[in-house]
Amino acid sequence: MADVTLNKLVKTFDRTEAVCGIDLEIANNEFVVLVGPSGCGKSTTLRMIAGLEEITEGDVLIGGRRVNDVPPKDRNIAMVFQNYALYPHMTVAENMSFGLRLRKYPKAEIKQRVVEAADILGIDDLLDRKPRQLSGGQRQRVAMGRSIVRNPEVFLFDEPLSNLDAKLRGQMRIEIKRIHQKVRTTTVYVTHDQVEAMTLADRVVVMNKGRIEQVGSPSDLYHKPSTRFVAGFIGSPAMNFIPCKLVEANGGLAAKVNDTISVPIPADRSDRVRAQVGKELMLGLRPEHIREQRADDGATGVACAVTPDVVEPLGMETMVYFGLNGVEICARVAPEASPNPGTPLTLSIDANRAHLIDPSSDMVL
Amino acid sequence: MATTIAIDASGDGTLTQRSAFWLFMRRKSTIGVLMVLPLLAIIAGLVAYPAGYSMFLSTLNKAETKFVGFANYLFLFKRETFWMVVQQSIIFALVAVVGKAFIGFVAAHAVNTIPTKGQRKWRGMMLIPWVIPPALSTLGWWWLFEPTYSAINWVLAEIGVDAIPWLSDTFWARFSVILVNIWIGAPFFLIMYLAALKSIPEELYEAAAIDGANAWQRLYHITLPMMRNIIAITVLFSIIVTFANFDIVRVLTQGGPRDSTHLFATYAFRVGIESNDIPLGASVSLFMFPVLAVLAFLILRNVRKRAMEL
Ligand SMILES: Nc1ncnc2c1ncn2[C@@H]1O[C@H](COP(=O)(O)OP(=O)(O)OP(=O)(O)O)[C@@H](O)[C@H]1O
Ligand SMILES: [Mg+2]
Repeated sequence: MADVTLNKLVKTFDRTEAVCGIDLEIANNEFVVLVGPSGCGKSTTLRMIAGLEEITEGDVLIGGRRVNDVPPKDRNIAMVFQNYALYPHMTVAENMSFGLRLRKYPKAEIKQRVVEAADILGIDDLLDRKPRQLSGGQRQRVAMGRSIVRNPEVFLFDEPLSNLDAKLRGQMRIEIKRIHQKVRTTTVYVTHDQVEAMTLADRVVVMNKGRIEQVGSPSDLYHKPSTRFVAGFIGSPAMNFIPCKLVEANGGLAAKVNDTISVPIPADRSDRVRAQVGKELMLGLRPEHIREQRADDGATGVACAVTPDVVEPLGMETMVYFGLNGVEICARVAPEASPNPGTPLTLSIDANRAHLIDPSSDMVL
Repeated sequence: MATTIAIDASGDGTLTQRSAFWLFMRRKSTIGVLMVLPLLAIIAGLVAYPAGYSMFLSTLNKAETKFVGFANYLFLFKRETFWMVVQQSIIFALVAVVGKAFIGFVAAHAVNTIPTKGQRKWRGMMLIPWVIPPALSTLGWWWLFEPTYSAINWVLAEIGVDAIPWLSDTFWARFSVILVNIWIGAPFFLIMYLAALKSIPEELYEAAAIDGANAWQRLYHITLPMMRNIIAITVLFSIIVTFANFDIVRVLTQGGPRDSTHLFATYAFRVGIESNDIPLGASVSLFMFPVLAVLAFLILRNVRKRAMEL
């Protein structure tokens, strides 16, 4: 059991800077997910923790010990690779026990650990098979089993589910969560799938271009994104960004989208943004916060008359697309509202859920 | 299409002879056989016919006038030189192949550690011995070994070592022949092993490094098992080629000193062509056949097993 600390971690390949100064503290037994677009340096960060990639600058500490110069085998970590990296010529049991055998554990203990891990993962009946005789999901389990038997201080996962089909991915996600609840261990999990990030993580680290954009609990990231990148990255479909102007209105502030639509800024946020009055900003609105008008909308519901361009019925909800201020906006509407393309429709914007973004710094105000 | 119509038109289910012929021709297997027929003809002409003819020759007397049955073979069994050739061929093939495989394996690892950018030129350079016609490169080696002008001996003399009778002493002659064979053949192993090495996913080594394997353990537990098939196939294949080698010995030692470097092929040449006993030479060369057949069988079995594992 150990905590992991990254101190100003930098990694440079030849000329490209893959990771540009990452600071992160991961508590004991915490499940942290690194998420971000392709090429943002997630894997590189993870591999530096594992010791598979040399550290250009900065420190990695595991359990308070600086491990920059410690080889992977002595870091007491286990890693699950994207392609599982099972040894093709070994049986499942041999794959799982390889690390223990190299460390010269007594035979009886190896056997016991393998059986226990196989039991947790439900692969007891596969122990004598070779990896090529397994399905993708089973290989995935074996790869995790190989990590579990080692009883490491830190689990590292690099996109472990990306080779599985959507359904299996969903199942394995739950499985990983279940295993982490059973085998509580510090875990660093890399993915570019925000659903995995949100569902698995105690804390999510959103990365972009080698930097950390924001660290927070899944709900923090969803409700209180701190940058435009995070606001746009978390949530599906993505948040809408509507050009607007911050004006004073009725004694408070409002984001004026056009002559008819003006979204009042809640009083508790007015102070923070008062300095920006008169500036051109971005109004960040999630699709689920632009919906059909309801009786209980109350004071924060801002009416918004639109003409849908495209309507996508998904069953439990209907996505409505329309143009506003030159950008395409997506709204999430109850099917009962039965919107039609070309037919004017009045939607309601939830002013309490609106974010104001400064386009010059891309920070959420 | 015309044939289909003809079948339909017959209606009562009896096929006309013509359409039956076309049906037969249309079967996939028939077409397949027809398409490989030219190749089969070439193989028959170039391989089967000479093989059959040499079997026939081996049953004749020296003047090729009389059928003598197995007399040539029985004669060979009683010749000490023949048993020497058997022994030498086996030693030569085994030592040379193990040497080639080992050097190829080590060199493949060495080349594999070179960054990809510089690798091409090293790969190209290391292939040179393999692409030069062996008769020519062996001539080069002969010049290095040859007693009067031996360049190697000259270098040895410079550093104060006595001249070595490279080609006139039994041990050194055998050594030289094997050395040249290794020099020519190792690049083949290098290329095969390099390809095999490159096909082992890097992740396996990373997983092994995390599992706690040191360099030797990675070699033993990952690299060797992953390369097992390719090693088996290249070694078996190379044993065949090496066992049947002719040009190196022919150019370097002509089988000497005192027949101590003869292989089956060179001995067959000596007996058959140089001593004018073609039937006896044919008998010698036919002795290679059972050995090579067993090896070929092993290769084919190995390939099939490998194909099934994929
Ligand atoms: N061995 C390497 N040599 C040179 N550049 C590299 C190397 N590995 C990664 N990079 C570069 O470093 C950057 C970060 O790569 P990294 O693999 O960490 O991205 P990632 O976030 O894991 O992306 P993905 O989601 O696609 O796996 C990329 O721009 C990549 O091109
Ligand atoms: Mg990656």
